[in-house]
Amino acid sequence: MTPERETVPASEPLPGAPPHIRERLATLVLPVLLPILGLLALVVLALATGRYSVPVGDVFGILAGKLFGLPMRAEPAMQIVVLQVRLPRVLAALVVGAGLAAAGATYQGLFRNPLVSPDILGVSAGASLGAVLGIFLALPVAAIQGLAFAGGLGAVAAVYAVGAAVRRHDPVLTLVLAGVAIGAVLGSAISLLKVLADPYNQLPAITYWLLGSLASASLGDVAAILPAILLGLVPLMLLRWRMNLMSLGEEEARALGVETRVLRPVLIAAATLVTAAAVSVTGVIGWIGLLVPHVARLLVGPDFRRLLPASLILGAGYLLAVDLVARTIAPIEVPLGILTALIGAPFFLWLLASGKRGWA
Amino acid sequence: MLEVSGLAFGYGRRRVGAGLDLTVRAGEVLCLLGPNGGGKTTLFKTLLGLLPPLAGTIRLDGEDVARWSRRRLAARLGYVPQAQGATFPFRVSDVVLMGRASRLGPFASPGPADRAVAARALASLEIAHLAERTYTEISGGERQMVLIARALAGEPGLLVMDEPTASLDFGNQTRVLAQVRRLSRLGIAVILSTHDPDHAFFCADRVALLHEGRLLALGDPAATITPESLARIYGVAVAVVPLPGFRQSVCAPLLPD
Repeated sequence: MTPERETVPASEPLPGAPPHIRERLATLVLPVLLPILGLLALVVLALATGRYSVPVGDVFGILAGKLFGLPMRAEPAMQIVVLQVRLPRVLAALVVGAGLAAAGATYQGLFRNPLVSPDILGVSAGASLGAVLGIFLALPVAAIQGLAFAGGLGAVAAVYAVGAAVRRHDPVLTLVLAGVAIGAVLGSAISLLKVLADPYNQLPAITYWLLGSLASASLGDVAAILPAILLGLVPLMLLRWRMNLMSLGEEEARALGVETRVLRPVLIAAATLVTAAAVSVTGVIGWIGLLVPHVARLLVGPDFRRLLPASLILGAGYLLAVDLVARTIAPIEVPLGILTALIGAPFFLWLLASGKRGWA
Repeated sequence: MLEVSGLAFGYGRRRVGAGLDLTVRAGEVLCLLGPNGGGKTTLFKTLLGLLPPLAGTIRLDGEDVARWSRRRLAARLGYVPQAQGATFPFRVSDVVLMGRASRLGPFASPGPADRAVAARALASLEIAHLAERTYTEISGGERQMVLIARALAGEPGLLVMDEPTASLDFGNQTRVLAQVRRLSRLGIAVILSTHDPDHAFFCADRVALLHEGRLLALGDPAATITPESLARIYGVAVAVVPLPGFRQSVCAPLLPD
């Protein structure tokens, strides 16, 4: 599972093949193609499964028809279920899951702590306050999403400003502590709004938002957050080798020639942009940003050149699978935050207990 | 190669040391001795550009480094920190590869040529066999060697080593210092700090005694490390005895009567 490395005889898919073909297989097919194919299979499964079951063959037919403008044989009801009900949800799950996992991997490296999640600097707390305020003021959905996005960015900007103002201590530690303090303030404001909110109408909506859901995600939502998420992911992908150096800590990274004072704000801004865009549509979905980078680290090691792509693919697949469970396990929708924690936390404990840890 | 003149250093308003003048030539080993809190680490951070000088200048190859970028400075000045644990279990070869950061653009990843330099750095320290091991699972002595290899992978002209022998066993201390000697024969200048004056006799061309932020003495080990100077900086009685048949001396603390 190690691309770019010739020396590792990790696996030999074709013992008799010429060396260059074997190398191609080892560096391209296994670590890159296989996970992507797996993810695509999961996408088809998610499109086919639900209360209204669609045969896999029809899913392909409908997708091909839509993509290439071919005539479709499937019933109109099936087309609506696949294209208008499930496809937006599946796309949202892929984009949000990949984004949260990549942001989590970045934060864990930046803060040199494998227990850090994308919420560390208050992005989720800020987004939550924005959304809760929008629901409390009975604003339209687009305005609630906008407030959530702005709240997430605003909270991290406030934390960063405090961290920059307090210059006497370790900058990373200052950021984390400022995040804890500002997160507490935001949390109390959310609690106040919950107390004040109409208990029959607004409070359930608030609770539902705080537990996260993809149920209401539309194609328009996906199109709205995609630019922000891509804008955040591009610098993360470009700077992913330098992320390795950032995980050594401020002084060592600088002594090795890294401009940490430029790189750290860029990376934080990129990861925050991704997270804020993701939660603005789905609400707070915990555990993905914490858990997925761990699993990715177990599979491909801590090198960010491989960890980041692996986190993207695993995050997309994990949220897609969890959402599939959320909408099929019970007659009513189970909020995602409940499932990600319910599945994630025991798995995390198992990782701890079995000693299969991706950190020292 | 390195010229420091009139240097004052410290943290912001808190001045740790001042009036420091010293030069290091290519291939020279300068050993910095001084008590805890004497300013060694602060001086190193200032030399590495991690702290701005409070006064005076630091010149490399005749040029003031004040305006140099981090990358340019790091490409000339390698840094070997004390070997500590790492957060993430990188492979040794990837750790050494990080030493190439000063030679690559901000968006670049290391390529085959960089990997070859990293492999040579490991081989030159005779630890090529560690390449595929995990950094967090090797011994403290091996980690220190890996960090030296990482610094060498940046192809520096001068190495700054902050107590490279701290927390190493006797054999590993000696092996690290022997490598310091070997590097100087390759033309790489080394500035290292240590708590053991014997190390200065073992590997240094010159010794600087740093006490309360000022240079107490600077010169060749035999002339600089004396019972008087050691008593003055450490506040304990020490015997300095020439080792028969060798050019080294050994230092031993003395019990009062």
